[in-house]
Amino acid sequence: MNERVPFPEQVVATPEVVERFGDLHPPFDRQAAVPEANRCLYCFDAPCTTACPTHIDVPSFIKKIASGNLSGSARTILDANILGASCSRACPVEVLCEGACVMHRYNKQPIQIARLQRFAMDALHESGAPLPFEPGPETGLAVALIGAGPASLACAAELRRRGIRADLYDARPLPGGLNTYGVAEYKLPLVESLREIEMLSQLGVEFHFETKVDAAGLAELERTHDAVFLGIGLGAIHQLGVAGEELAGVTNALDLIAGYKSGALTTVPERVVVVGAGNTAIDAAIASVRLGASEVHILYRRGQEQMSAFTFEYQHAKDEGVKFLWHVQPTGIRGDGVVKGLELTRVAGTEDGSIVPEKDSAFVLEADLIVLSIGQATHANFLSGSSSSGSSSAFGKIQLERGRIVIDRATGQTSQPKFFAGGDCTNGGREVVDAVADGKRAGIGIAGWLGVQHGKG
Amino acid sequence: MAKDRPTLASTFCGIECMNPFWLASAPPTNCGEQIMRAFDAGWGGAVWKTIGEPITNVSSRYSSIDWEGRRMMGFNNIELISDRPIEVNLQEIAEVKRRYPKHVVIASLMVESKRESWHEIVQRAEDAGADGLELNFGCPHGMSERGMGSAVGQVPEYCEQITGWVKEKARTPVIVKLTPNISDIRVAARAAKQGGADALSAINTINSITGIDLDTFQPNPNVDGKSSHGGYCGPAVKPIALNMVQQIQADATSALPLSGIGGIGSWRDAAEFILLGCSTVQVCTAAMHYGYRIVEDMQDGLLNWMAEKGFATIEDFRGLSLPNVHEWKQLNLNYQIVARIHEDLCIGCQLCYTACWDGAHQCIHLDRTSPAPDTTRTPKMVEAESARRISTTPIPKLDSGTSGRTNAITPLERIPRVDEHHCVGCNLCSLVCPVENCITMERIDKDLPFESWEERVAKGLVATGTGEVMSTNT
Ligand SMILES: Cc1cc2nc3c(=O)[nH]c(=O)nc-3n(C[C@H](O)[C@H](O)[C@H](O)COP(=O)(O)O)c2cc1C
Ligand code: SF4
Ligand code: SF4
Ligand code: SF4
Repeated sequence: MNERVPFPEQVVATPEVVERFGDLHPPFDRQAAVPEANRCLYCFDAPCTTACPTHIDVPSFIKKIASGNLSGSARTILDANILGASCSRACPVEVLCEGACVMHRYNKQPIQIARLQRFAMDALHESGAPLPFEPGPETGLAVALIGAGPASLACAAELRRRGIRADLYDARPLPGGLNTYGVAEYKLPLVESLREIEMLSQLGVEFHFETKVDAAGLAELERTHDAVFLGIGLGAIHQLGVAGEELAGVTNALDLIAGYKSGALTTVPERVVVVGAGNTAIDAAIASVRLGASEVHILYRRGQEQMSAFTFEYQHAKDEGVKFLWHVQPTGIRGDGVVKGLELTRVAGTEDGSIVPEKDSAFVLEADLIVLSIGQATHANFLSGSSSSGSSSAFGKIQLERGRIVIDRATGQTSQPKFFAGGDCTNGGREVVDAVADGKRAGIGIAGWLGVQHGKG
Repeated sequence: MAKDRPTLASTFCGIECMNPFWLASAPPTNCGEQIMRAFDAGWGGAVWKTIGEPITNVSSRYSSIDWEGRRMMGFNNIELISDRPIEVNLQEIAEVKRRYPKHVVIASLMVESKRESWHEIVQRAEDAGADGLELNFGCPHGMSERGMGSAVGQVPEYCEQITGWVKEKARTPVIVKLTPNISDIRVAARAAKQGGADALSAINTINSITGIDLDTFQPNPNVDGKSSHGGYCGPAVKPIALNMVQQIQADATSALPLSGIGGIGSWRDAAEFILLGCSTVQVCTAAMHYGYRIVEDMQDGLLNWMAEKGFATIEDFRGLSLPNVHEWKQLNLNYQIVARIHEDLCIGCQLCYTACWDGAHQCIHLDRTSPAPDTTRTPKMVEAESARRISTTPIPKLDSGTSGRTNAITPLERIPRVDEHHCVGCNLCSLVCPVENCITMERIDKDLPFESWEERVAKGLVATGTGEVMSTNT
C-alpha cells in the first residue's frame, strides 16, 4: 500500500497536448482574486448556492478568500464538494452558480465564482496541506463502489468520513472516470483530476483498478459488503448503423478525448467530421482543431435550437473555427480500407418531431476522420444480464426506466435496498457536479441506512 | 445673459485667498520647490511643514488601512516636524513669496514652551514673508514627549498662554491648529480664543495604531521590530473632523474663522466642511496619495456645484448646514418613516432581510409567495428549506422549461417584504441594500405635530431623570 505511486505521477504529460490545450480560463492571481471576492454581496440563502448541485456555500468560501483565509475557503468548498477543484474547471457555471448570481440584475457581471473556487483549491494544493478531513472512527461496515468516477468518489468520501470502508472498483488503470478521461484538457487537465483524487486517497479509500465487475462478481461483492453503490456511468457510444462504420478512421468522441488526454493520440488528419451536437461532440470538435485538423465539421440531424450543447459551448466551437451543418443525416460511409467521406442526406423535421429525408438531397462530405458522438448506451444489458446468475442477488431486480437506474433522489437508494446508485447511470448523462452531488447524497443515504449517522470528521 | 461664473476667492482672517484649497502642514509642504510646484498645480495656499529645531525621523514612519481593495482609507504616521534647518526653511519661504506673491504661505511653528523662543521664531517667520502663522499644538507623537505639540494642545492653560506670547509679537494672523486627542475640542478652542488667536484650524491627527502584522506580531509601522502610536488621518477621519468643526462653530465661545482639515480629498468633502462654517480647507493625505494634481478637480467641481446651486462666493454657502445640527433632545419625536422596497430594482440578495432580523427589528419577511403573511419564518428556517432542495444542471434537451430561465427579473420568492407596522424606520436596510434607491425611507403621516424630548420634558410628560445632565458630545 505504502509503495503506491501517487496517481498524478502515473501519467506523463505529452508536450504537444500541453502546448495545444492551454487553460481556457486562466487562473486568478491574488491581486485579481481579492477584489473579485470583495465584489460578492454575501447574499443570504444565496441563489448561487442553491443552483449548485452540491450546494457549495459560495458566499462563505468567497468571503474567506476576501479575508485571506484560504485554507478555510478550501475546506468550505470541499466539505460540500470533494471534487471542488475539478468542478471549478469543468462545471458549466454559466447555467449553474454564476448563472444564478444576483449580480446579473445589478451591473450585469456575475461574480466569477468558478475562478475564485479554483483559486482557493489551487492554493490548497500548492500549500501541500493534506485534505482537511479525517476518516471517521472505523465502524466495521464496508461498501463496494462500482466505477471510480465522480459519483463513486464523492460517495466514498462521505462513507470514509463516517468510518465506513469504501472499496472502489474500476476497469481503467486510473481513477476519475470522465473527470480523468473525458473532460476537455483545456478545462480540466488529466493531471489536475488525478491530483485531487490523490488527496482523497488520504481518507483511506481502497482502489481496485483494472477490475471488471461482472454479474457474478457483483453478486460476490453484494455478499461481502453491507451495501453496494453503482457509479457505473454510461456504456458504449451509439453506432450509426450504416455501411462502412468498420473502416479505419471511424472513432467516437470519448475515445478521441481519452486518447489525446492520455497521450496516446497527438494528432488528427486534415478533415474531421463530428456527428452529433452535444457538449461532448463540441469537445471532440475543438480537440480536433487543436490537434491539427484544418477543417472540422459538426453535423446534426436537427436544428441549432434542438442541440443539447450549451449555448456558450456552441459559441466557443464557432470561435475555434468549427463549422456546423444542420438538418443532415449520415446514410453511409465511403472509403477503401480507410475513410474517405460521409454520405449525407438533408432532412426536415415534422410536426410530430420525427425526421424525414428530403428528396434528391444526398451529397458527400469528404473526411479523413469521422467522430461519432450521438449518445451513449446505458448499462441496461449489464444489469439485466445478472438475473441469470441466480436468485441469490437482489441486483437483477433493480428497477430501471429507459435504461436508467431508478433511485430515490434524496438518498440514492434503488428499488433493492442494499443497492444505491448515482451519476450518469441514473440520470442518463449530465455534468460532473451532478454526479458528485448524487454520490454525496448516496454516501449520506447509505450511512443513514446502515445506522451510521454521527458527525463526519 | 450669461451668468457670471462663481469665484473661489475669499478672505480668511484677513488673509486674501485666491481659492480655499491649502496644503496642510506635512510632507507635501516640506520645501520651497514642492510648494511652488503645488501652486502651479492650482493650490491657493500652503501651510509649511512645521518649523522648529530640526529633529531626526525614524523609518519606516507610515502605515495605513486598506478597505476592500481601496488603498489608504486611513493613514498613520509617526513623523515629527521638519528635519531641515530653520534658516533653510525661512530662506525658502522668502523665495516662494517673492515668486508667488498672491499665494498664501503660512508658517507652521513649534518650539519649546518659552516666551523668548516663541517671540524669536514668530519674528523670523514674519521677516521671511509668511502671510500668517499656524501654531502646531497637535503633533501627538515624539514632540509631545518633549513638552510640545499635543502636550500643549491638551492643556488649555498652556494653549492660552502660548497663544498669548505669540500674539504679543505677531503682526500677521495667528491660527491655532487643534489636536483632536482631547475629550472636548471646544475647551482647547476656547483657550486659543482667550489667548487672542485670530483663527483656528482643525483637526490634526488622531492617536492610532493601524494594525498588527499577524505573522510577526509587529505593529505597524515597523521601526526595527518596534512601533509606536501614530497620528491617524485620511478619508477614515473625515466624520470625526466634521463633528469637531461643527462643535467649534456652533459654540460662541470657541468660534473663530476656521480652516477645516481631516480626510478632505475632493470638492465634495470641501463643500461639507465649508457648509459647517470653514473658510478654507487643508489637505494632506489625499495629496500624498495622488499628488498635487487633485486640486484641479477640487476647484472645478466646487465651482460647478456652486454655479448649479447659484452661489457666487464661498461666503454664500459657508455655514449653511450649521442650523441643521441640533442636540438630540431637539429632534422631532413624531417624525416617522418606514422602509419601502422597490420590487423593480430589487436583485434578491436578501441582505436587508438578514440585516433586519439580526441587526434591527425582525420586520422584513420572505413571504411574498405564501397565501398569507408569514412572520414566523426565521432566517434559519429559510436556509434549512433551501438546503434540502435538490438541483441539477439544466440541460435544455432533457429538462423542458429550463431553457427559458432568465436572469432579467428577480423571482418573487426572493424579494423581501417590509412589515410596515413594525418597521421602526432605523434605516439599516436601506444602508445595506447594494442597489441605489431600491429601498427608500418613506414618511408615514401620523398627523402629529412636531414634538421633541425637550418639549415633552417641559410639558411634564416625561421624567427628566437626573435633571441637568452634563452635556458631552452635543
Ligand atoms: C506624514 C505626516 C506628517 C505630518 N506632519 C505635520 C506637521 O509637521 N505639522 C502639522 O501641523 N501637521 C502635520 N500633519 C498633519 C496634517 O497636517 C493634517 O492635519 C492631517 O494629516 C489631517 O489631514 P488629512 O486627513 O488631509 O491628511 C502631518 C500628517 C502626516 C500624514
Ligand atoms: S449570488 Fe453572486 S453576489 Fe450573491 S453570494 Fe452568490 S456569488 Fe455572491
Ligand atoms: S428600517 Fe430598520 S426596522 Fe425598518 S425594515 Fe429597515 S432594518 Fe428593519
Ligand atoms: S438588500 Fe435591496 S436588493 Fe437586496 S433583497 Fe433587499 S431590497 Fe432587494
